[in-house]
Amino acid sequence: MRSVYLDHAATTPVHPEVIAAMLPYFNPTFGNASSVHGFGRQGRMAIDNARDTLAKALGAQANEIYFTSGGTESDNIALRGVAAAMADKGRHIITTSIEHHAILNTCAHLAKQGFEITYLPVDADGLVDPEDVKAAIRPDTILISIGHANNEMGAIQPLAEIGAIAKEHGVYLHTDAVQSFGTLPIDVNELQVDLLSLSGHKIYGPKGIGALYVRRGTRVRPIMFGGGQERKLRPGTENVAGIVGLAKAVELAMAEREERVKEMTRLRDKLIDGLLAVPHVTLNGHREKRLPGNVNISVKYVEGESLILSLDLRGIAVSSGSACTSGSLEPSHVLIAMGLDHLQAHGSLRLTLGRDTTDEDIDYVLEVFPEVVERLRSMSPLYNRLEREEEK
Amino acid sequence: MSASLYSQKVIDHFSNPRNMGTLDNADGVGEVGNITCGDIMRIYIKVDKDGDTERIGDIRFQTFGCGAAVATSSIITEMVKGMTLEESMNITNKDVAEALDGLPPVKMHCSNLAADALKAAINDYRQRQNSKE
Repeated sequence: MRSVYLDHAATTPVHPEVIAAMLPYFNPTFGNASSVHGFGRQGRMAIDNARDTLAKALGAQANEIYFTSGGTESDNIALRGVAAAMADKGRHIITTSIEHHAILNTCAHLAKQGFEITYLPVDADGLVDPEDVKAAIRPDTILISIGHANNEMGAIQPLAEIGAIAKEHGVYLHTDAVQSFGTLPIDVNELQVDLLSLSGHKIYGPKGIGALYVRRGTRVRPIMFGGGQERKLRPGTENVAGIVGLAKAVELAMAEREERVKEMTRLRDKLIDGLLAVPHVTLNGHREKRLPGNVNISVKYVEGESLILSLDLRGIAVSSGSACTSGSLEPSHVLIAMGLDHLQAHGSLRLTLGRDTTDEDIDYVLEVFPEVVERLRSMSPLYNRLEREEEK
Repeated sequence: MSASLYSQKVIDHFSNPRNMGTLDNADGVGEVGNITCGDIMRIYIKVDKDGDTERIGDIRFQTFGCGAAVATSSIITEMVKGMTLEESMNITNKDVAEALDGLPPVKMHCSNLAADALKAAINDYRQRQNSKE
């Protein structure tokens, strides 16, 4: 059976060149980068080079890059670190209702500690209005955190506009760029962001490694305490192999980015057109202002997990915003925030393309998808009801 | 929730559901669940009467829901076909889950409603009988 992986927003395979670059740093170049001897110095050198690579990719300075364990840790340091450092100035934070749980649950934690959080709404396309950001800023606002591109429906936020507003009001701007980094062009000075989170495993690097960009002069305190690594903002022996792997993945992503984006966009649009040809299927998120690899649809009268399962049994790996897949009883907070009803949210399906996705993959999905939907609809009491209503 | 979290029996009933569809002139119809939580099950029964004994002569289901919701609906139709209504009323959601060699813990409450749907269908049948009398 054909195997088609269309869940690249969840994670990506590690690029063979990334693996090759990492291997020496497990053994023989295993030194602790804090050690004075030759083994240690080799590790330190590898980290320094990696930091330069990341800085270059972001238009930043090397000493503004901090390596972390991934997107969640970067988000935690950004939010909790700024909150701790700025609490004497104010306790108000602005974010949106569609952020990743690494942001939303950190905000919920800060709210318990006495911070006040404003959750901005989004429109039907999942976009934040910069005017809403402006209107929400108060004298005690210390931080704005808005994700660059959404992990579920791929909407790309007008970050540069928001950055200009944040700067004008003297408020720090953090962005979770885990989904966009490596795909969208990012320059921290053009976007005017003060903190930016990124992750390795979304860009063909390893899991367990990420980074936080912190603009020089930004007040941020550590959330963990230990040795002096990462200038005390992120103590703990450096994951040298992971850092090297992340840098290699960034290097590869930058080199092939433009070409890859062009091809992924073409395949994405082909997939969207094919899926929308099935009756009662709608696209979630903006048609153009979305990540090149993201497709998110609602399949009416069908539940998302049963769709995933049916496609999985045919070799196609995708995900959904259905409650059944979230581990809670609630469907995707992102789709609900966009104004979808429960039926549409439960019937949502996310297909995310990658650098290896081919025309044949898309053709296979478009062949299997209508069959699967028809079968599940034939089981659905809701579809039956609709048909009866139409007959009346 | 990937296929691997489900037992082979769940996958079998999900892939090849038994007694799926509707019954014309059903003697009882029961529906449980709601769209907010994402599972809706409907069960149709035909009751055979032999003297005082009432048995489930035929049964069909329709389900909007996840893999577990479809599989529980399917297997209960096999479990109760030919059974007396009294016996059928004693089937619990737990019995249904066990017949499928278990369900993932997260599914035990939200998607394991087939016994409730069957009870609702039998109650509907009894109500119709009472209103006839």
